[in-house]
Amino acid sequence: MTTSVTIRIQQADFDIAREIAALTQHRNDIGAVVSFSGICRDTEGGASIAALTLEHYPGMAEAEITRHAETAMSRWPLNGLTVIHRVGRIMPGENIVLVLTASAHRQAAFEAAEFLMDYLKTNAPFWKREESAKGTSWIEARDHDDAAAARWTKS
Amino acid sequence: MKVKYFAWVRERIGKEEETIEPPADVRTVGDLIDWLARRDESYAHAFETPRVIRAAIDHAHVRSDAMISGAREIAFFPPMTGG
Repeated sequence: MTTSVTIRIQQADFDIAREIAALTQHRNDIGAVVSFSGICRDTEGGASIAALTLEHYPGMAEAEITRHAETAMSRWPLNGLTVIHRVGRIMPGENIVLVLTASAHRQAAFEAAEFLMDYLKTNAPFWKREESAKGTSWIEARDHDDAAAARWTKS
Repeated sequence: MKVKYFAWVRERIGKEEETIEPPADVRTVGDLIDWLARRDESYAHAFETPRVIRAAIDHAHVRSDAMISGAREIAFFPPMTGG
């Protein structure tokens, strides 16, 4: 079984349907594709925001996503996965991140997608800055994101 | 060695990266944070709460007790908020 892996960091938007088609084309061994997209909200902590700007650490961001993709492939029988993370200025309603996981059966695809998102939020070097009527400020990390990532660590 | 700063650490220091030559007694990431914080007010502001500062050596996360000898690139940044 070959596993097709796509990891991209880009300013441009992505087309979810096109990415799913690229992941599944020319193969008939995939029985399940799970898609998670993270979208820019127009509120953060009850206050309205005009836009987000995403900064990243080039080189490390790709390395960190690749490392977690490899972990996901070793833990679940995946046929393919796609991670696309946007950077730069993003308006409410626009896509921020896409995770696709493909497997023969749904359980592996659901679990691997959740694992990848939990680790992306806490370990991939990206930072969000929000623009609002009060100016710009860096969004603070949340404890519950750390807790979500920690539950994948088996004792 | 090259040092890189991101997000509000970068903003407070006022630069994205620089090349530094710390003295030999600066052995760990934590030592380096203490050494940088003594440089001037902007570094002191960036590193005023060392426990929230995250670090990476050569693109891999490290803890504050990691040794810096042999590092090509060390980065300092706040907790990550991507996804």
